[in-house]
Amino acid sequence: MLIKIAKPSDLHESDVTPESIYLSRRRFMGGMAGLGAGIALAGQKAYANAADYSDVPDGSAPPWLSEKISQTEWRAVTPSDPEKDIIAPFEDVSSYNNFFEFGSGKSDPARHAGSLETQPWSVVVDGEVNNGGRFTLEDFAKPSQFEERIYRLRCVEAWSMVIPWLGIPLAEIIKRADPTSKAKYVRFETLVDPDQMPGQRSSFSLIDWPYVEGLRLDEAMNPLTLLAMGMYGRELPNQNGAPLRLVVPWKYGFKSIKSIVRISLVEEQPVNSWQEIAANEYGFYANVNPQVDHPRWSQASERRLPNSLFSPNHIDTLMFNGYADEVAEMYAGLDLRANY
Amino acid sequence: MAAPRIWLVWRIGVFLAALTPLLFWGWQVANNAAGPEPGRYLLLNIGIGALWMLLLTLSLTPLTKLTRWKGFALIRRQLGLWTLAYATLHLLSYALFILGLNWALLGSEIVKRPYIIVGMIALTGLAVLGATSNRWAMKRLGKRWKPLHKFSYAILALALLHFFWIVRADLREWAIYAAVAALIMATRLPPVARTLPKFRQRFSR
Repeated sequence: MLIKIAKPSDLHESDVTPESIYLSRRRFMGGMAGLGAGIALAGQKAYANAADYSDVPDGSAPPWLSEKISQTEWRAVTPSDPEKDIIAPFEDVSSYNNFFEFGSGKSDPARHAGSLETQPWSVVVDGEVNNGGRFTLEDFAKPSQFEERIYRLRCVEAWSMVIPWLGIPLAEIIKRADPTSKAKYVRFETLVDPDQMPGQRSSFSLIDWPYVEGLRLDEAMNPLTLLAMGMYGRELPNQNGAPLRLVVPWKYGFKSIKSIVRISLVEEQPVNSWQEIAANEYGFYANVNPQVDHPRWSQASERRLPNSLFSPNHIDTLMFNGYADEVAEMYAGLDLRANY
Repeated sequence: MAAPRIWLVWRIGVFLAALTPLLFWGWQVANNAAGPEPGRYLLLNIGIGALWMLLLTLSLTPLTKLTRWKGFALIRRQLGLWTLAYATLHLLSYALFILGLNWALLGSEIVKRPYIIVGMIALTGLAVLGATSNRWAMKRLGKRWKPLHKFSYAILALALLHFFWIVRADLREWAIYAAVAALIMATRLPPVARTLPKFRQRFSR
């Protein structure tokens, strides 16, 4: 359970922008987009309330998942600056993905992931735990309350989106697994199935499948760390990592591993896939940090998507993606330049 | 009288064909069909377009040798200039749509990032070739014109290096372009270059 202590940065009911002002800003931005591209941001929807997901296409969630979603604690975590952190349209979040199992282009996952079989799905919890095993997704999810959390997702490629996830805190899963004293890290693995995942069939792939990610145990136990099973009031589309993905909002997006089949508590720091490919570019921590550039581009700012041609929507990137209050303490004394 | 008109139609046709991708991408952006980051959509497509133009330009000489068709030589300068135009638009897209015309950032990025430096060198090279592609410059340069314009192969290598540096997880697409480039470059090796016309003769008999 997430223990909530009110912080100065918290959002209050009174902070919510009235819809009329919100819409006028949209219109203003749509006007800016002008110059032929005209109504670039017009079709964008407000999603001011959880009930506003009516334009989001229905998925095909199994009954147990639909039921869990219907009992969600809506808006459990919301952005502190709703003026800036406007929820991206579902269409963009579900069509602009990095999910290399389904190809390396941004639109490849939406094109190729449809055939991924996500029902039934099982997750192995193993390693340094007293209570491991193989669980069906239903058994895995059932004991926990679903929460909706609106997080900023900051990609290492210097773009970001605001996304309303549905899921359960990873901490609950780890507590249930009952880690032994040897457990220091959590290691995650994505499904390997070349028949369903064309990216895994490529002989030119640089990733040694499965895709692997890892967190320090305290990072995994942080209340912000979420195991998502849905977004926008429905189950996850396949291209967004169905049926189970990690969301670690203060780290670059590649840490938020998709289509998880295995969660292992381990003693040694895991080597995550991107670190294995290019250790000089991607580290284990991958905390969002405007002061440490990627070797090939600056991380000082980001493009908040969707944007339009003549307003790239540059905003300053915040330390820990704006979640410093919640996570900075974990890294006290750690050289974040060396441990990027 | 009829023959020159055919060549004019051919050249105009090539001009329109080379313009079409730009119009198509612009249309996609105007219709909100270019995804949540239209600037990046243009940047990447125009960049790949520039590589296509360069590969097409450089394939004209071997094609002429293979077929002896006059039409290929007639569009070489045009496609070379299209390469320059695409590459320039690629840089403009980056400066305008990605950096939002933040000149300070552009300055620091160009100096700091190897793949951008390589891209800038390639573009500078293209600009030099473009500036010396007119008749006046050809006359002035005389015998030096040809060796100067053979730098287009070095520019192709730089463009592929620029592309290679941004490949993330899968090399397939890059490898296809690199293979085509290697094939075109191979046709300029003297032993291969000598055999190309023979191929044509064997073919026509």
